[in-house]
Amino acid sequence: MLNLLKRLWLVMKSPSSAAMGFILILGFTGGIIFWGGFNMGMEATNSEEFCAGCHAPIVKEIKETIHYSNRSGVRAICSDCHVPHNWTDKIVRKVQASKELVAFAMGTISTQEKFEERRGYLANREWHRMKENDSQECRNCHEFDFMDFSEQGARSVKQHSTALASGEKTCVDCHKGIAHQLPNMEGIEGW
Amino acid sequence: MKKLLTAIIAAGIVALTASPVWSDGSDELVSNTGGVSSLRGLVEISDINKSEPMKRVPRDQQPIDRNYVQQPPLVPHTTRGYQVNLNANKCLSCHSFKNAGDMGATKISVTHFEARDGTTLSDVSPRRYFCLQCHVTQADAKPLVGNTFQPVDSLR
Ligand code: HEC
Ligand code: HEC
Ligand code: HEC
Ligand code: HEC
Repeated sequence: MLNLLKRLWLVMKSPSSAAMGFILILGFTGGIIFWGGFNMGMEATNSEEFCAGCHAPIVKEIKETIHYSNRSGVRAICSDCHVPHNWTDKIVRKVQASKELVAFAMGTISTQEKFEERRGYLANREWHRMKENDSQECRNCHEFDFMDFSEQGARSVKQHSTALASGEKTCVDCHKGIAHQLPNMEGIEGW
Repeated sequence: MKKLLTAIIAAGIVALTASPVWSDGSDELVSNTGGVSSLRGLVEISDINKSEPMKRVPRDQQPIDRNYVQQPPLVPHTTRGYQVNLNANKCLSCHSFKNAGDMGATKISVTHFEARDGTTLSDVSPRRYFCLQCHVTQADAKPLVGNTFQPVDSLR
């Protein structure tokens, strides 16, 4: 065994051009496989079926909302609103999401009742997160700069041209429960 | 014996199914509408007629005048996706006394704080909580039947 290692070391130490090429190819293909696999994993964990595994009640509710079915046929799926597009933020969120695995093992939302109980807490965290990043996920699709006020309803224009335009408020301050049933809203600002 | 019994039963079944003993076909009902055309049109009760296209609710319109005293005002905007349930009341997030000022919305009437026995509560009475029971969105639609109703002078 030791001999074999020594021999290998010798080969490695004195690189012939063939060995060099071999190593390069190995590194290259390895890199591709790793990168591809990594991105595939990132993609797979973005799909709705993946989320449905643990969030079945939510996936059921969303079917009645505007982001599931609308006149233009454009959909927002879970990851559009819950996973940042920016690469570093995305990695950070995915690592944070590993915590969900622990919560899953503990069964914090394993039944409908437990979920209802914890929903207020989870929703609050999500609102807080979106408040912090100025509703970045919403803005990936809905850009304020391109909103045509002449096409919007009077109520929309009234709020968008004031509180939203001035930056005083962000999307989730006003649009709570846009994609889900709301938790108990007692004591939440504006309700 | 057994064979005979089977034969009789088989014969009975054939006789019963093959000949319509009770209907002689002479006084068959031709129409069950009595020739009367209703809002459905002149369609047999048993027939399924073509459904009307869904009426659209304009996103926002001017408040709609009331036609009689005590009429719950109509909702002059869409309410799609607005949640009104045990947990949340989207209507009150604009129309409550607390929020109406900020949102530029009409306040709910003080009568909505009154309980059944006439006592005034500190918040919306449960019997008034489900807004859409009385207030409905006004679709962009022509009246289905003519109507000569005139509001009283004070509402005109
Ligand atoms: C292995 C099961 C599992 C999967 C798969 C899963 N989640 Fe979760 N998720 C949980 C659990 C458990 C919680 C509750 C965490 C707690 O109780 O603190 C949670 C909480 C959340 C929250 C609440 C916010 C927060 O900060 O806790 C959001 C948003 C969320 N999940 C979105 C998603 C999305 C989007 C997907 C699909 C990309 C997904 N989840 C896939 C188990 C899962
Ligand atoms: C249009 C954007 C949008 C989409 C699409 C969306 N969510 Fe959410 N989600 C939100 C917002 C905003 C909140 C904060 C609570 C609220 O306003 O309802 C939230 C809250 C949550 C929560 C916390 C608990 C709760 O109910 O409030 C979970 C879990 C969650 N989402 C999972 C999902 C899953 C799973 C999907 C895909 C089926 C999904 N979301 C799709 C915007 C979205
Ligand atoms: C993947 C893109 C996407 C994302 C992300 C997204 N939306 Fe949307 N949103 C849409 C589309 C598409 C429509 C429907 C447009 C239509 O046909 O009317 C829509 C419609 C809406 C409407 C109109 C509702 C109505 O009743 O007319 C609101 C409000 C809204 N979105 C808010 C949000 C908020 C708040 C967020 C962030 C939490 C968000 N959206 C995230 C694509 C998106
Ligand atoms: C100050 C409160 C407020 C803020 C902040 C706000 N909205 Fe709105 N928005 C409203 C109101 C009120 C309406 C109209 C009533 C409704 O649809 O519920 C509306 C309507 C909309 C509509 C439908 C427009 C129409 O008339 O067809 C879209 C889409 C929308 N908002 C997206 C957003 C997005 C995206 C953001 C963040 C960039 C945002 N809003 C921020 C209050 C707000």
